[in-house]
Amino acid sequence: MSNTSFNQFQGNVNTERVQYIADPQLRNIVNVSIALERPLLVKGEPGTGKTLLSHAIAEALGKRLIIWNIKSTTEAIDGCYMYDTVQRLNDSRFGSDDRDVNNIKDYITLGPLGDAFDSEEQVVLLIDEIDKADIEFPNDLLQELDVMEFYIKEIKEFIKAKTRPIVIITSNNEKELPDAFLRRCVFHWIEFPSKEFMAEICNLHYPNLKKNLLDQCLKHFYWLRTITKIRKMPSTSELLDWIGVLLKSGISVDELTKGIPFLGALIKKENDLEAVLAKAQFPT
Amino acid sequence: MFVEYFYYLKQILPAVSITEFMTLLQALNKGLIYNMMDFYYISRSILCKNEHHFDLYDIAFANFFKDASINLTDDINQEIWKWLQKNIEVLHFPFSIREFQNVNLEELERRFEQLLKEQNERHDYGNKWIGTQGQSQFGNSGLNTMGIKVAGGVGLRRAVLIAQKRIFKDYRKDIIIGTRQIKVALKRLRRLDDIGKLNELNLDKTIDLTAKNGGDIDLFFEKRKKNNVKLILLMDVGGTMDPYIHQVNLLFSAANHMSHWKDFKYYYFHNCIYDKLYENAARSPKRAIDFDDFLRKYNSSYRIIIIGDQCMHRSELKNPRGAIYDGATNKKPGIYYIEEIAQHYKNNVVWLNPEPNTIEWMSWTRLVISKIIPTYPFTIEGIEKAMDYLRTNGKNSYTTVEQLKGVPLAFY
Repeated sequence: MSNTSFNQFQGNVNTERVQYIADPQLRNIVNVSIALERPLLVKGEPGTGKTLLSHAIAEALGKRLIIWNIKSTTEAIDGCYMYDTVQRLNDSRFGSDDRDVNNIKDYITLGPLGDAFDSEEQVVLLIDEIDKADIEFPNDLLQELDVMEFYIKEIKEFIKAKTRPIVIITSNNEKELPDAFLRRCVFHWIEFPSKEFMAEICNLHYPNLKKNLLDQCLKHFYWLRTITKIRKMPSTSELLDWIGVLLKSGISVDELTKGIPFLGALIKKENDLEAVLAKAQFPT
Repeated sequence: MFVEYFYYLKQILPAVSITEFMTLLQALNKGLIYNMMDFYYISRSILCKNEHHFDLYDIAFANFFKDASINLTDDINQEIWKWLQKNIEVLHFPFSIREFQNVNLEELERRFEQLLKEQNERHDYGNKWIGTQGQSQFGNSGLNTMGIKVAGGVGLRRAVLIAQKRIFKDYRKDIIIGTRQIKVALKRLRRLDDIGKLNELNLDKTIDLTAKNGGDIDLFFEKRKKNNVKLILLMDVGGTMDPYIHQVNLLFSAANHMSHWKDFKYYYFHNCIYDKLYENAARSPKRAIDFDDFLRKYNSSYRIIIIGDQCMHRSELKNPRGAIYDGATNKKPGIYYIEEIAQHYKNNVVWLNPEPNTIEWMSWTRLVISKIIPTYPFTIEGIEKAMDYLRTNGKNSYTTVEQLKGVPLAFY
């Protein structure tokens, strides 16, 4: 058995641009999806690092990352290519120096998917928040993701992937994805980190963080998450921001045991704040 | 074994297809799965595409492998345990799960316990004693493919144990957790209709027309599309509904916080709908609307969701002045009002019932009402189905009205 294609992604990334730890299961699944050449669909609570994962993969494997942010109006063809008819219309009336009106190719620009296919080297393609788009959107991508090619009808040409990109897809569960699409993906649900794993994550981001300060932070944080009335649960990204604020303010562990300062960094909604204050035993 | 595993899961998990099974085999063939822990997670990633079904997967997995699990004695020597938990770079060695099955487990366990008694120091890289990185059948990170894993990061038993923990219970769709879930379910109720003036420029059409027009600009305008659904919630409050108050609140706040509706109204009642519907949960008569006014005010284009447990005394449904609490002013029996609503709103009314649903046994009043108004369980799945019913005006739906058609009331 060759290990060259497998175990590419080690899960720990700590560079200037990206700090990221993946738990062993996630790391395994990433490698499985790369080896099986299937898109990896990642879901999980907001703020658990779904988007960051693809940055980490790209960084770890030294590959270029192409991001396709999906919006409610996005259509599958936007990812493949755009045919700028307005520009062509304009050029046909007023002329252009650097584009030839008779050559349609001059008016075709590749989208993120097209870019990924066209790249000489393997890239990481992130399709971010696929559920934002119309319910039918994922179905329109089946062919493209399956055989990694699409057809530009204006110039009657196929664009075929030179190397198969590593595809990561994130979803926030706003809409259910069609079965046909799911069948082609490998799926992973990012679980909310346990206290121990969270401590590792915090240490990665703040290497100089003192242990007793971190313990106290985590205690507060996981206590907040037990309040069921909170609508927008604080997640990893909020915790990291909050610790950042605490460090800047130079707060002592003693002060931290007495209350939760800068609560606004963790709790973003007024109703949630009230819910916390109602439960709190100490001044915040 | 794998075909069995596949068919076993297929019975339990929705929408598992051959494609997924082939992918799993591919993963095994490529040697991507080293041990049962990997197998648990990777097979879940490939076969189960929805976190709502993780719990079902866990149950299926634990059941399928329950007979294969190894029961180690609990009082494993603490020292040995500690040695083995040392983090070692695992030497990977491909082994198939078929081989794993051929192991004589009793024999292994017996020898393991015997070794535990004899061994009193650390052994790594060896081939007899319990330790790490060796070829003995006992220990972890070793090369022997048929042996007992001691406290390493992997093992069938741990995989089954993880499955048995069923940590994904909360993600099941038949249990309600938060408003977000409900909002997603409610979003199904959407009908886009053209509204307003011709004031939105359709760029693509404009370009098409302009091109056809020989390059002279020809603008094309169209109407804006907007959700045209008007919704009314009717909520049963008090008495037997008290246990479900939290669920009802969640649904109410989800519906109320959505800017999704063209119009949203809500009223309260107790047990059954009578001649008045109340604007607040306290049901004060000063803030109420007469039933007839209600029908007049809200025509049949409104969609009605009634939430209640349909549980009451027979007389509350069948007898005039049967209403309790309300001073029994209703001249007509409760059933009259239920039928009026069903007739007035036709396919635009559904009932959500939070009580667990059993066709074999249901209260008499529940049966009567479910025969008139399509009733769905008050779960995420139930809400989704109810919303589909409302969206399509009851087309292609097989509801409680049809289900219970032949069931005679006399039996109850």
